Amino acid sequence: MTSTASVERRTPLDAVHDALGATMTDFAGWRMPLRYGSETAEHRAVREAAGLFDLTHMGEITVTGPEAARALDHALVGYVSKIGVDRARYTMICDENGGILDDLIVYRTGETDFMVVANASNAAVVARELLARAAGFDTVVTDRSEEYALLAVQGPNAVKILAPLTDLDLDVVKYYAADRAVVAGVDVLLARTGYTGEDGFELFCAPGDAVRLWEALREAGDGHGLIPAGLSCRDTLRLEAGMPLYGHELTTALTPYEANLGRVVRLDKPEGFVGSEALAAREKEGPRATLVGLRSPGRRVPRAGYAVLDPETREPIGEITSGAPSPTLGAPIAMAYVPLDRAEPGTRLAVDVRGTAEPVDVVALPFYKRA
Amino acid sequence: MYPEDLTYTAEHEWVRSLAVEDGTVRIGITEFAQDSLGDIVFVTLPQVGAEVTGGEPCGELESTKSVSDVYAPVTGVVVAVNDALETSPELVNSDPYGDGWMFEVRPADPSAAGALWDAAAYVKSLDS
Repeated sequence: MTSTASVERRTPLDAVHDALGATMTDFAGWRMPLRYGSETAEHRAVREAAGLFDLTHMGEITVTGPEAARALDHALVGYVSKIGVDRARYTMICDENGGILDDLIVYRTGETDFMVVANASNAAVVARELLARAAGFDTVVTDRSEEYALLAVQGPNAVKILAPLTDLDLDVVKYYAADRAVVAGVDVLLARTGYTGEDGFELFCAPGDAVRLWEALREAGDGHGLIPAGLSCRDTLRLEAGMPLYGHELTTALTPYEANLGRVVRLDKPEGFVGSEALAAREKEGPRATLVGLRSPGRRVPRAGYAVLDPETREPIGEITSGAPSPTLGAPIAMAYVPLDRAEPGTRLAVDVRGTAEPVDVVALPFYKRA
Repeated sequence: MYPEDLTYTAEHEWVRSLAVEDGTVRIGITEFAQDSLGDIVFVTLPQVGAEVTGGEPCGELESTKSVSDVYAPVTGVVVAVNDALETSPELVNSDPYGDGWMFEVRPADPSAAGALWDAAAYVKSLDS
């Protein structure tokens, strides 16, 4: 029930988490807060008020220089050169076969400046691939993961909490926009992004400023229901929002098309990119399976790795990639890959829950959408 | 956190002797177990009348992150289950030694519970 990592990296907020009595967990080599008290209470706080997350484990890689945009157009599946300055975009990095290496958010912080945010588990791979793929372009790729802490304020009260701490007009920072700002006296890159299905902000700052920023956000959030929130509720929040998690919904064995994210692949870019031939072929032939949402009428929870079954023959037809009891819906929910002819919402399927076939219904994603 | 009047198992369950002649015991999970599991959302328990075997799974605890087996600490017949957990599984978190109890077993061997760990031995097992 406890895990010890061989190489354990600690965020600058490590002592703060311990002082709060957090249950800590190893995540991709980082010692991270899993929950501070009840993860269900943290989940509800984010849906109804606000939660404060330490996401320092995420990887930050900058790509700068005259050909930075072209290099990223070549390296990633998205049309990076079309991203406006101070805007962000969700994209992916694929291998030559179109397999997903990671899903990313790319922030364009200047005409020739980009920051690529990668999952902790893939940060080193992404940095290495970007460096290799940028060869021949007039650009500099730098892994700056050690130079940034990342805090997130997520929830409907996020604007109310942040507004008194900064001179920046938050109304101009639209969803998937980002801007330099000073928050509580700390220089940050302030982005209106997140992984919870709620409004909210992510604040990249220097590690040395992280504690000061955390304390200021907690104080500002005091009258607005803000509580510290751990990775456990982050996972149920993103699942309800139908957002994929690398290693679960996304792997090198899959292309963006299976994950219903074909829209991020920009085959209309003027030049080819890594994986473009394989992805064009997959786009033409169609995906082999597709990601669906499942909801259980019962109470036993389909978990990652469980087999999806034909409800009549009990033959395996797919696999659960993520599953949890949904605090918002009050029912077990899951995502799974199934054959295309079983993907229609309303289709009755079954899941092998520890040896028993439990009924589930295909439902439209996301499970939850904010009002 | 680990009452002296209970006995304990390696599966993080406590066993309370109900001091009745047939040796019936009440069973729940420990503070350590409820804290490790996180919020419990669904409890599956054996039926009253079911025969359970010591050391074998006889139910499930669903928490946000995982599902765990409930074990029978002793061999015997289930004589009661805590119906309150059907609608309020969170009692296992909030009151693991009280209202969060899970089920009662009349052991085949009335002295079986006495062979389990005392509190000191259980606490020692947590440290190792």
